[in-house]
Amino acid sequence: MLNATLAELASALAAKRISSVELTTLFLARIAALNGALNAFITVDEERSLADARAADALRARGEGGALTGIPIAHKDIYCTRGIRTTCGSKMLANFVSPYDAHVIERFAAAHAVLLGKTNMDEFAMGSSNETSYCGPVRNPWDLQRVPGGSSGGSAAAVAARMTPAATGTDTGGSIRQPAALAGVSGLKPTYGAVSRYGMVAFASSLDQGGPLAKSAADLALLMNAMAGHDTRDSTSIERPAEDYTRSLGRSLAGLRIGLPREYFAAGVEPDVLARVRETVAWFESQGARPVEISLANTRLAVPVYYVLALAEASSNLSRFDGVRYGHRASDPQDLLDLYRRTRAEGFGAEVKRRILIGTYVLSHGYYDAYYLQAQKVRRLITQDFVQAYRECDVIMGPTAPGTAFPIGAKAGDPVQMYLGDIFTVPASLAGLPAISVPCGFDSRGLPVGLQITGNHFAEATLLGAAHRYQQAHDWHLRVPKETPL
Amino acid sequence: MTWEIVVGIETHAQLLTKSKIFSGASTAFGAAPNTQASAVDIALPGVLPVLNRRAVELAIRFGLAVGGQISRRSIFARKNYFYPDSPKGYQISQYELPIVQGGSLTIAVGDAAKNIRLTRAHLEEDAGKSLHEDFHGMSGIDLNRAGTPLLEIVSEPDLRGAAEAVAYAKTLHVLVRGIEICDGNMQEGSFRCDANVSVRRTGETRLGTRCEIKNLNSFRFMEQAIEFEAKRQIEILESGGKIVQETRLYDPDRDETRSMRTKEDAQDYRYFPDPDLLPLVITEGMIEEVRQTMPELPGAKRSRFEQIGVPTHTATTLTSNIDMARVFDDTTLYIRADPTMTPRQQTQAIVSAANTIVTSLSSKIDDWGAAIISWPNLSKQIGQIAIRVAQGTISSVAAKEVQDAVLTSDESVDDVIQRRGLQQISDAGALETLVDEVLAANAKQVADYRAGKDKAFNSLVGQVMKATRGKANPTQVNEILRRKLER
Repeated sequence: MLNATLAELASALAAKRISSVELTTLFLARIAALNGALNAFITVDEERSLADARAADALRARGEGGALTGIPIAHKDIYCTRGIRTTCGSKMLANFVSPYDAHVIERFAAAHAVLLGKTNMDEFAMGSSNETSYCGPVRNPWDLQRVPGGSSGGSAAAVAARMTPAATGTDTGGSIRQPAALAGVSGLKPTYGAVSRYGMVAFASSLDQGGPLAKSAADLALLMNAMAGHDTRDSTSIERPAEDYTRSLGRSLAGLRIGLPREYFAAGVEPDVLARVRETVAWFESQGARPVEISLANTRLAVPVYYVLALAEASSNLSRFDGVRYGHRASDPQDLLDLYRRTRAEGFGAEVKRRILIGTYVLSHGYYDAYYLQAQKVRRLITQDFVQAYRECDVIMGPTAPGTAFPIGAKAGDPVQMYLGDIFTVPASLAGLPAISVPCGFDSRGLPVGLQITGNHFAEATLLGAAHRYQQAHDWHLRVPKETPL
Repeated sequence: MTWEIVVGIETHAQLLTKSKIFSGASTAFGAAPNTQASAVDIALPGVLPVLNRRAVELAIRFGLAVGGQISRRSIFARKNYFYPDSPKGYQISQYELPIVQGGSLTIAVGDAAKNIRLTRAHLEEDAGKSLHEDFHGMSGIDLNRAGTPLLEIVSEPDLRGAAEAVAYAKTLHVLVRGIEICDGNMQEGSFRCDANVSVRRTGETRLGTRCEIKNLNSFRFMEQAIEFEAKRQIEILESGGKIVQETRLYDPDRDETRSMRTKEDAQDYRYFPDPDLLPLVITEGMIEEVRQTMPELPGAKRSRFEQIGVPTHTATTLTSNIDMARVFDDTTLYIRADPTMTPRQQTQAIVSAANTIVTSLSSKIDDWGAAIISWPNLSKQIGQIAIRVAQGTISSVAAKEVQDAVLTSDESVDDVIQRRGLQQISDAGALETLVDEVLAANAKQVADYRAGKDKAFNSLVGQVMKATRGKANPTQVNEILRRKLER
């Protein structure tokens, strides 16, 4: 059961081979056994999870329920959950309990999924290694000395270690895809606007997008059916008819035009990663897909542009954490300024402070044009690159990250090196495009490698279909990390 | 050497929407602190703003009323600053692309009309309130007002002196109430003005260094503050000093302006487009829809009142108060519906009703509050009384008594006239006898009159009216008295 797909779990539940309470108990026990080593969960509320499970069982007993009824799902601790604290991996919100549920949480509740717990993450989703969490780093189940990626590192590690069948994450510049790649699971960042941001603690509003992490592309499709959809409470939520994300899972790969950006197969990428991705592209070609060499000429500008725009927005988004209404508050403030200064000095970690400072700087009088405005212009150029590219191809393939999981602490002292690891994930974020990362083999150390497939706006079903075909012919995604055997 | 005082006004008008500009919370004034603050208003983690379409419609309505250009695409920006009554740490406002650009307002300067250009009008959200009393050394925060929609209306520096500034503010006040986008309540802060004041030598074309004066919460304070500020600046310049650009606060108790902050301490608000809100796109269709439902503009209303015979001064007063104008319109309909009246009597009744509304009704509002305006039978009562006056049933003096009586009881107009015996005495015979009696009892005044003292005549009329408790038909009394005295 621990390694079963969502569809398998649903049919087991429907056939009464297992109850939701039993299934939930199984995963709670696995979390209890492994979380000490992995630190993938920040909060687990067994009573709440079992209550959800009992309600789902009652529903199933009446012959009701859908694809996710009674299935445990873990949520990144960035989604506001009523009754269970939402820390966002920060001391600032260490004891914050939201009085409302995020849209995504509501959707899973409506599908009668079980809320299994809240997963660890980089503080305010700011990081690519899950080392910036106030709750401590998450460890990679494939090698406990290594990072699982970030910021949705807890969700990725939890799925990889089979502590949960599936999890939610959020992706601003790669925060679903990169940890999915580094932890050997599948993760989808949907088109910007496909999943409501309501109740997701904001990092960079024009880039933040919720999405699922799971073992397989087929599972991601089922999760998307629950998560996605228009929400009037988010003005950037896109009004489109509901779609079935599973609809293309059986589609043939024949004739699929695969764009291979010159800039993604270049120096700076670890040789093992390049080799696995090339092998994977070759397999697609063997199935009738047609590789097309393309250029995304402004790729090298994507990281600097991203770090200007994302941090500008973040510096403003994080202003609300001022100690006045909720969250951490400095004790015995002398006056208002002292309250602000010490609350924020104590409540935020070093990386968050660094990003607030940079973001504040690029928006400042005299620098705005040179940084923020210029970055907006380049963002349009990067988007144009994709528009141009999708005239020649249907999807774009390449490595999700330039390397596999790195040792904890290896890049912690060098933020720029850490930021450069986002080079292949931030372009799709800047262009608002959907992108998936799926496991495509291992490097010489036995660490998972991720393949990224990027599609045009609203091409999620195409991405899921292509990835599913690949996973039907390979078992990388079903392999269980050696540190966390079943 | 003479000086010219140059003023530009920035006005924050609270828009009359039921809910806030970016949340569903109510905008009603006076609720217990923080009872009208939703998750969005208190800026919980994860919440997002959703624009209130009604606020946009009201802003368009203003733009059309002043002949401004409605931006087909405008942008909401974040104005970043830390203050406890600004829960997000930024205010959502419009910066580079406001919803309304340009336009103008015509004000009366003496007998002449002057056109005042508007720079822009933009949508933004109001802040909450800090309460600095009674919290054991701490401050309280009330976020009920946070997120209330405001239209910030900015004039060009076209105003010359305090009187023009006040005329502009009053004209704008009449307009926003007239087109029903703002209740104009200055005590509650629904209509707040700041004045940018500078001075220059007459003939100079360049603008002087300006100071922004805040806290002008009445027209009287605005006038006093601008006068004080101009005098202060002139004194500095005449003694060889320089004006420092700064924000100053008007203190009505001491009638002076005081420095709040200079340009040097001006904050860097780090404006940037709010990524939570898409650009506001306004279609031709939306503008047309707003145009169709545009209430009558104050200027048009005044001319309409004048055309039906209301004197200019009365028409202006009526127009300045949307509630009074509405009562007058209803009263007019009531009077027009009476088939027994001749057209001449109808006009007479309408003019009489207009006078009643601007004189006795406005004093009643002062005494009893504005709620009187919504009294269900008000227009009907005023109409009935005006009809009785026009028909000669009661005198205009008696009309006031009837008005007071019907407002405080359930009695009908005619019942009051009957019961109190207020019917006008128009019986010529009865009046002749009465006049004879008065002449006989006031030999001195009669003599005075005949000696050429015209004032004595009024005294005699007064005596007749007094004897009849105001019921004598004044026209007839005049006519009879004069005839008898001339003899």
